[in-house]
Amino acid sequence: MRAPLILLPLPVLLSGCGGSQSALDAQGYSGALLRDLIVLIVVVCLVVWIGVMIMLAWSLTRRRDGQAGDSRGSEQRLGVWVSGAVAATVLIIGGLTILSFQTTRSLDRAGDPDLTIRVRAQQWWWQFVYEDADAGSFQTANEIHIPVGKEVRVRLESTDVIHSFWVPSLGGKQDLVPGRENLLTLRAERPGVYRGQCAEFCGLQHSHMAFFVIAEEEESYRQWAATQRQPGAQTGEAEASAGKAVFMARRCAACHTIRGTGATGTTGPDLTHVGSRRTIAAGLMDNTRGSLAAWIADPQTLKPGNNMPLVPLTGDELRQLSAYMESLK
Amino acid sequence: MKERVVLDVSRLPLHGMGIASATWWGTYAFMLIEGSGFGLAIVVYFYLMFLAPQWPVDAPAPDLWAGTALTALLVASVLPNIMVSRWAQKRNLKRVRIGLIVMSLCGIAPLVFRVFEFPALHIRWDDNAYGSIAWTLLGLHTIHVLTDLIDTLVLTCLMFSRHADNTRRYGDVEDNALYWNFVVITWLPLYACIYWVPRL
Amino acid sequence: MVTDADLDEAELERQLARTWTSKPGFWGAIASVDHKVVARRYIVTAFVFLILGGILALAMRLQLSQPEARFVDADRYNQIFTMHGSNMMFLFAVPVMEAMAVYLVPLMVGTRNIAFPRLNAFSYWLFLAGGLLLWISFALDTAPDIGWFAYVPLSGPEYGAGKRADIWAQMITFTEVSALAIAVEIVVTVFKQRAPGMSLDRIPLLVWSMLVMAFLVIMAMPAIMFASSTLIMDRLVGTHFYNPAEGGDALLWQHLFWFFGHPEVYIIFLPAVGMVSTILPTFVQRPVFGYLPLVMALIATGVLAFGLWVHHMFVVGLPRLGESFFTASSMSIAIPAGVQIFCWLATLWSGRPVFKTPLLFVIGFIITFVIGGLTGVMVASVPFDAQVHDTYFVVAHFHYVLIGGAVFPLIAAVYYWFPKMTGRMMSERLGQWAFWLIFISFHLTFFPMHILGLQGMPRRIYTYQPDLPWAGLNLFVSLSAIILSLGFLVFFIDAIRSWSFGRPAGDNPWNAPTLEWATSSPPPPYNFRSIPVVDDRNPLWSQPDALPVSSGLRTDRRELLITGVVEALPEARESSPQDSVWPFWAAIATSVMLIWSIFSPWAVVWGSIPIAIALIGWFWPKGEAEDES
Ligand code: HEA
Ligand code: HEA
Ligand code: HEC
Ligand code: CUA
Ligand SMILES: [Cu+2]
Repeated sequence: MRAPLILLPLPVLLSGCGGSQSALDAQGYSGALLRDLIVLIVVVCLVVWIGVMIMLAWSLTRRRDGQAGDSRGSEQRLGVWVSGAVAATVLIIGGLTILSFQTTRSLDRAGDPDLTIRVRAQQWWWQFVYEDADAGSFQTANEIHIPVGKEVRVRLESTDVIHSFWVPSLGGKQDLVPGRENLLTLRAERPGVYRGQCAEFCGLQHSHMAFFVIAEEEESYRQWAATQRQPGAQTGEAEASAGKAVFMARRCAACHTIRGTGATGTTGPDLTHVGSRRTIAAGLMDNTRGSLAAWIADPQTLKPGNNMPLVPLTGDELRQLSAYMESLK
Repeated sequence: MKERVVLDVSRLPLHGMGIASATWWGTYAFMLIEGSGFGLAIVVYFYLMFLAPQWPVDAPAPDLWAGTALTALLVASVLPNIMVSRWAQKRNLKRVRIGLIVMSLCGIAPLVFRVFEFPALHIRWDDNAYGSIAWTLLGLHTIHVLTDLIDTLVLTCLMFSRHADNTRRYGDVEDNALYWNFVVITWLPLYACIYWVPRL
Repeated sequence: MVTDADLDEAELERQLARTWTSKPGFWGAIASVDHKVVARRYIVTAFVFLILGGILALAMRLQLSQPEARFVDADRYNQIFTMHGSNMMFLFAVPVMEAMAVYLVPLMVGTRNIAFPRLNAFSYWLFLAGGLLLWISFALDTAPDIGWFAYVPLSGPEYGAGKRADIWAQMITFTEVSALAIAVEIVVTVFKQRAPGMSLDRIPLLVWSMLVMAFLVIMAMPAIMFASSTLIMDRLVGTHFYNPAEGGDALLWQHLFWFFGHPEVYIIFLPAVGMVSTILPTFVQRPVFGYLPLVMALIATGVLAFGLWVHHMFVVGLPRLGESFFTASSMSIAIPAGVQIFCWLATLWSGRPVFKTPLLFVIGFIITFVIGGLTGVMVASVPFDAQVHDTYFVVAHFHYVLIGGAVFPLIAAVYYWFPKMTGRMMSERLGQWAFWLIFISFHLTFFPMHILGLQGMPRRIYTYQPDLPWAGLNLFVSLSAIILSLGFLVFFIDAIRSWSFGRPAGDNPWNAPTLEWATSSPPPPYNFRSIPVVDDRNPLWSQPDALPVSSGLRTDRRELLITGVVEALPEARESSPQDSVWPFWAAIATSVMLIWSIFSPWAVVWGSIPIAIALIGWFWPKGEAEDES
C-alpha cells in the first residue's frame, strides 16, 4: 500500500526557519570588514555618478551664446577639462584598488584555527564533518554550530559538481570545486542564527541548498558538540522503537548512517541527531514530525529531482519512522 | 547628391596581387584565427602539465621516429612550396602545374607518417588528460594538413582546366602556398610539445 | 570594356542596377550576396530572438514574482534562464551588432559590397541554423539547462544527462563560426575597400569600433571553440579534459570560457559606443570632440579585454596575489571608458542638442551605462565580489551594461539609420513614448536587483522561501518588467508600422556627415553611383554642395576599388562575386555535419564530404566577367 499523502498546506510547510542572510547585516569579523568596504566603495561611486550627471545636465541645458563653440580656445579649454577628469579617474581607481587589496590582506588571517570543519557539498545538501582527533569526530548535515569569537576554519570540498559556500552575514563566499580544496575562515562576533545558501548553480535543486550556522557561546557550543558525539538516542517510546525497526528493514539504512545502530549508508545525510536540527532537506522545511513524515512519504514532490527516492511505506510505518526521526535528538 | 569627378581609376589593374589582394588579407585573417587556436591548445597542454604530478601521465614519452620523419618532410616541402609560389608570380603555367603535383604529394606523404604517430604516443585519448591533449594537438594539425591537401588537389585540377591561365588563379596558388607554410610553421611548436617536452 | 566615365547619370544607374541587382524570386533571394540584404535578414532575425528571449525573461519574472510560486518547475526554469542568457548573448546581442556592421561598414567606407560576400551569406544561414537548433530543442523540452557559461562538471558527461549540453556546445559552434566569418569580412573591408583618401585618421568612429570588435572576435572566439569542442569530446568520446580524476581540471573550463567570455561583452559593447560616437555629433551638429582619444580608447579597451577574465572567477580559490592583479586590470578599464564618457560630454557641451529620439536614447545610455560601469568597478574589487558574486547584484550589473550600455545605443541606431535602411522615417511621437517607457521601467526593473543581491539573493534560483525578505522587491521587479516589455512593444510597433507607412526620408534627413548619407535611401544594390573620394573626417559637412567622386570603374561586371591600408590610395579595381546558392548549400551541409556530430564522431568524417563538394561548387570559376583579370 502506498503511503497516504499528508495533506498539509504546502506554503506553511515549506517555510524554512528564519535567520539572517544579508551582506548588509554583518555579524562576523569578515562580514563587517566587507560591509564597510562595500559601503565605502558605493559612496565613492555614487559621488562619481552624481558628478557625471551634473555635467551631463549642465551641458544639455546650458545657454548657448552666439556661434557653436567651435573656436580654438574653447576646444582647448574642453581638452583641459577632459584631461582633468581622466586624471581624477586614474586617482580614484588607484585608491579603490589599494583599498580592496588591503581588505583582502586583513581578511587573510593565517594562524591556527580554533576549530576545523570539513564541508563536503553534494547535490543538494551539505555534509559537515567536525574533525577532532582528541574528542572524536562527528558529522552533521545542513547545520553547523560554532563558538562565538573563535576562528573556525572550513575546508571546502565537493563530491560532484561545483557549489559555493556562502554565509553573507559572516563573510564572503568560496567555491567548492571537485578535485580541489579551498579554505575559508569564519568568525562570528555575536550569537545568532545565520542562514547560508549555495551560490553556484549546481543543477536542479540549486535553489534548495541552504544551511544554517548557529553561533553560540562557548559553553553551549561544547554541550552541543558533546551531544553530537553520542551515538543515536535509544528511545523507550514504542512508536519510535518500531520506527527504528522500519528504518533498518526498509532501504533507509542503505543510504543513511545512524551511529550506534546498523545503519551505515553514506549516500544521504548522517541522521544520528537529525531530530536536533532546525530544518530538514537543506533548509527546505522546519523540522517537525509532520514535515518529517511529509518528506519521508514523498521527497520527490517536495524537492523534485533530489537524490532520495520515494520508498513505499504504509501509513503506520510512516508514522513510526517519523516518530523515530524526531526522537533522534 | 551632386557629384564632382576628381579621380580617374580606369588605369588600375583589374586584379590586385599580394597585399593589394583581398584574399591575401583574408588568408592572413584566417591564419590569425587558427594560430590563436593552436596557441591556445599549447597553453592548455602546459596548463595540464603543471597540474599533473608527473608528465607524461602514466605513459612513456612518445617514440620519436614517425614524428621526426614527418617534421623533416614538412620542412623539406617548404622549398618546392616557395618555388611554386615564385612560378605563380611569374605566371609560368607549366611549372606551376608540375609544382602543384609535387605539392599534392608533399601533402599526402606526411599523412602516411601521421598514421604511425598516433600509436607512437603510447596512450589513448580516453586514458587520461595527457592522452586527450596529445591526441587533440595531433588531430588538430592533421585536420589542417588535410584541408590544405584537398585545397591543393582542387587547385591542381583547376590549373589543368580552361580557367587556369588567369591572374586570379595564380593568386590562388600563392595563397595556397602561403597557407601550407603556415601549416608547416605551426607544426614546429606542436612537435616540440608533443615529442620533446615529455622528455624534459 | 564599359566604364562609367562616359555615361550620363541615368544610363549609368541603369547599367549598374543590371549588374548588381539580385534575381527576383525565391532562389534569387536565397542566392543574394548583397551585404544590405544579408544584414537586413540578420537584423530582423536577431530582433526576433530578442523578443523570444524577452518573453523568456517575462516567464522567469512571473515565476519569481512570489515565493514558492509554481508557474514554472525547476527543470523548465533552468532551461529558461539558460536559454535566455545564451539566446540574448549568442543569438541576439553579438549577431545584431555584427549585422549592423555588415550593413553600415561598406556604406560608411564608401564601397559597393562587403569583402567575401558569399562568406557573408553563408554566415547568415549558419547563424539561422544555430538559432533554430537551440529553439527547436527548447520546444522539445530538451534545451540546455546548465547556464550560459555551462560550467563543468555540471555540463560534463557525468552530470549533464541527455544531449542538452551538447546542443548548447554545438549552438556555440554555429554562432562562433558565423561570427568569425563576419569578423574576417569586416577586417578586410576596412583595410582594403575604403574610399580613396579615407586614411586611418579619417575613418568614421563606428567603423573603428567595428574593426576593433572584429579583432576581438578573431582573438577570443578560438578559445570558446576549443572549449566547446573539447566539452563535446569529453561527453562523446571519453576524453578527460575536465575530469579531475584523470588529470583534467574543472577550472580549465572556466579559464577558457572567460578568456572568451570577457572579450565577448566588449564585442557587444564596442559597436554600441561606436554608434554613440556617430549619432551624438549629428544631433549636436558639431564634429565629435576628441577623435584621436576616442580611437585610442577603443583600441585600449580591446587590448585590456584580454587581461581581465579572472574577475569572473574571484571565488574559485585562486592565489590572492593573482586575483589582486585582476582587480587592478579590471578597474583600469574605467580609464578608456571614462575618456569616452568625457569626450561625449564635451561634445554635448559645445554643441547644440536637438532632442530627437536617437539623442534621447544616447542620453539614456550615458545615465544608465555609467551606473552599470560603476557597479562593474565595484565587482572588480575581490573582497566586494566575494559578497555579491553569483547574486542579483551581478545580474543587475550586467543588465545595466548590456541593456543600458548596448541595447539603448542599438535602439538609437535603429531610429537613426532606419531612414537609410528603409527610406522612411520612424515616428517621433512613438519614439518619445518608447524612450520614456523603456528608460523609466528599465531602472524600476533592474535597480532593485542590486538591493536584492546585497540582501543575499543568489542568481539562478527558481524559487525562494516566504520568510526570506525578498518577496516585495521581486514582485515590484516583475511588475516593472511588464512595463518594460510594453516599452519594447511600442518600439517594435513603430518599426513595423514605419517600414511601410513612415514618412519618406530623403537622402540625408538628419544632416549627418558620413558617407552612407551621400547615397539614396534605401541605397541601390551598388551602394554608390560613383565611389566617393574623401578628404575629411566629416565629408558631407566639409563638401555640402558636391561630393568628390572617382570614375573609371566598369559597369558590366561587379567591380569595386581596392585601396591601401594606411592612406587608402587606390591600388586595384577588383571584382566582387556574383550571387550564388552554394553558400546556402554549404551552410546546410555544415549544419548537418555539426548536428550529426553530437551523436557520432564519425559525422566529422562522412559529414565533411558534402561540405567539400559545396565548397568546390562555391569556388569553382564559372567563366563570368568577374573572373577576368
Ligand atoms: C556590455 C557588456 C558589459 C560591459 C561594458 C561591462 C563592463 C565592465 N564589467 Fe562586466 N559583466 C558583463 C557585461 C559587461 N560588463 C556580464 C554579461 C557579466 C556577467 C556574466 C555572468 O556571470 O553571467 C559581467 C560581470 C562582471 C564581473 C564579474 C562579476 C561576478 O561574476 O562576480 C566583473 C568583475 O570585475 C565585471 C567588471 C566590469 C568592469 C570593471 C567593466 C568596465 O568596463 C566598466 C567601465 C565603465 C565605467 C567605470 C563607467 C564610465 C567611467 C567614468 C564615468 C569615469 C569615472 C569612473 C571612475 C572614477 C571609477 N563585470
Ligand atoms: C543583451 C542581453 C540581455 C537582455 C536584453 C536581457 C533582458 C532581460 N533580462 Fe536577462 N539575462 C542576460 C542577458 C540579457 N537579459 C544574461 C546573459 C543572463 C544570465 C543567464 C544565466 O544566468 O545563465 C540573464 C539573466 C536574467 C535573469 C536572472 C535569472 C536567474 O539568475 O535566475 C533575470 C531575472 O529577472 C533576467 C531578466 C531580464 C528582463 C526582465 C529583461 C527585459 O529587458 C526583457 C524585456 C522584454 C523584451 C525585450 C521583449 C518584449 C517584447 C514583447 C513581449 C512584445 C512582442 C512584440 C512583438 C510580437 C512585435 N535576466
Ligand atoms: C538512495 C538513497 C536514500 C534512501 C534509500 C533514503 N534516503 Fe533519506 N536522504 C537521502 C539523500 C540524498 C538526502 C538529502 C536530500 C536533500 O536534501 O537534497 C536524504 C535526506 C533525508 C532526511 C533529511 C535529513 C536532513 O538533515 O536534512 C531524512 C530525515 C531522511 N532522508 C530519511 C530517510 C528515511 C526515513 C528513509 C527510508 C524510508 C530514507 N531517508 C531513504 C538519500 C536516501
Ligand atoms: Cu549547490 Cu548550488
Ligand atoms: Cu568580465
